[in-house]
Amino acid sequence: MNSRKDTKIRAVIVDDEELARQVIRELLSSHPEIEVVGECANGFEAVKIVTETKPDLIFLDIQMPKLDGFEVLELIGTGNAIIFVTAYDSYAIRAFEVHAVDYLLKPFGAERFEAALERAKERLDSKSPSAAVPAAELAATARPPAQYLERIPVRDGAQVFIIPVSKLDFAEAQDDYVALSTEGKKHLKQQPISSLEAALDPSRFLRIHRSYIVNLERVAKVEPYGKDSHVAVLRNGVQLPVSRAGYARLRAFLGR
Amino acid sequence: MHPILSRLSRLALYLLAWIPLAALLAYLMAATGGLSRREAISMSLPLCLLYAFVCLSAWYSCRAIPSSRATIGKLLEVHVAAALVASGLWILCAELLAYVFTGMSLYPGLTGRLSRTIPILLGTGVILYLFSVSFYYVLLAVEASQEAEARAMEARVFARDAELRALKAQVNPHFLFNSLNSISALTTSDAAKAREMCVLLGDFLRRTLGLGEKSTIPLEEEMSLIHAFLAVEKIRFGARFRMEENIAKEALAMDVPPLLLQPLVENAFTNGIANLVEGGWVRLDARCQNGALSIIVENSFDPEAPPRRQKNGMGLLNVRQRLEARYGDRASFNVRTEGDRFSVSLTLPAEREGRAT
Repeated sequence: MNSRKDTKIRAVIVDDEELARQVIRELLSSHPEIEVVGECANGFEAVKIVTETKPDLIFLDIQMPKLDGFEVLELIGTGNAIIFVTAYDSYAIRAFEVHAVDYLLKPFGAERFEAALERAKERLDSKSPSAAVPAAELAATARPPAQYLERIPVRDGAQVFIIPVSKLDFAEAQDDYVALSTEGKKHLKQQPISSLEAALDPSRFLRIHRSYIVNLERVAKVEPYGKDSHVAVLRNGVQLPVSRAGYARLRAFLGR
Repeated sequence: MHPILSRLSRLALYLLAWIPLAALLAYLMAATGGLSRREAISMSLPLCLLYAFVCLSAWYSCRAIPSSRATIGKLLEVHVAAALVASGLWILCAELLAYVFTGMSLYPGLTGRLSRTIPILLGTGVILYLFSVSFYYVLLAVEASQEAEARAMEARVFARDAELRALKAQVNPHFLFNSLNSISALTTSDAAKAREMCVLLGDFLRRTLGLGEKSTIPLEEEMSLIHAFLAVEKIRFGARFRMEENIAKEALAMDVPPLLLQPLVENAFTNGIANLVEGGWVRLDARCQNGALSIIVENSFDPEAPPRRQKNGMGLLNVRQRLEARYGDRASFNVRTEGDRFSVSLTLPAEREGRAT
């Protein structure tokens, strides 16, 4: 990273309006130290282009097709410097909660843009790679209160899948990842299971074990297993271990 | 609150009205019972004073049994019974009074003569009581209709308020911010186009502001406002949208509240076309049918679009509330999604310059 002075900063511009991208491109044209390595107009493409080009700096719109800016960030991680560019001022707090470098409100002038670039450069110079917090965790904490997750974006390489939470059967913790089980397939996502638990609607999803969250609609029955433990049997036949605390929660829920 | 007892002046007036009744009663008593003039007046004055207050009590039973909530038979039953009881008691009082007068040897033999007037007293008592009952029912009905009128007035004021609020909320600031950002992009790349967009945006805003004061405009005028809006969006979205219009000629002249359809078209952009990578379409149909103007605004959308983190649907809610406030049952508003098609259909009375067609 100390080679910043000699190598160019690689930037990507994500906005669904061509004219909006044009403003940024033009303002960057007076900065030879910055190279625009990609542009795109929707969330899926953004994830793809970021995965492929590994840029240092991303100009990111929030409302756009396929994935919104926060979902994109959740998938690409916080290894890059992000500058949100949007007409909506209501996301500013959340943007900084996910460690955005800056938040530009459309329309903006050259001076404001330069200030954002300065902040981005400072961030890029000071940043140690280990400082990256799993973006999904950040995104989960930045979720507006009283609003639960409706869909979970996951990616496999440059490809993005959207899992509506209604189609999620269960989630299993695997080291730093959670395996999301849906329609017989599993998708891995880098996120602690506790932050996923916090983002899901507690009336629909329950932590039945240190390593398992289950969609309550999928539970067919709960059976004793061994001396004092239980298993939850899902409609598709899958059996999940239920811890003692998990069984108490399950009973409290079913008792209601 | 008793309508008569609540004010002293009304009570005085009411009692004054009983004086001719007392005179009439005295005449009847003299004629049927053979009472002397003095005897009859001495009897009828205190009796009428007493009965005036008895009749005041009818108000409470009338209020307790509203005429709208009981059958005629039930009403008659209750009030005739009350009238009989009241006149019965009244006759007792009359006899007591006559007894006192006789005892004081003021009018010897009065009790005997009084017994001949009992049917007259009974009849008068029942009639007067029932008369006050009907008087109070009329009073209650007047009161109810005044209240209903006040409520309707309030509702009208509220509807007007809602409408003004709605109009103020119409121009979405984000539409402005995004348009200004587009202009900012064009200033260096295509100055002529930037100027064109400024003019279009100005045109749209001026129309919007001018409409706030009108209560209705012809559909044609609303359409030209929509065209001004679309001209701006065309520059922003480029080839990403297609607009289709299917408007019957006679519908163009019909009245609609201003800015009724523009929010629906704007909604088609923010929640539809803006989320479609390949772009989408908006269709606007309007026609007249059986005295109603029916309008459909349809657009394509991505059912798997990211959930909006912004409050939206405000435009739709506004339109619905305004239709309800203005037309009540005569208008309808329906929202439907079918696959990747979102449609809002609404009907309102087909009127032209305030007259039904």
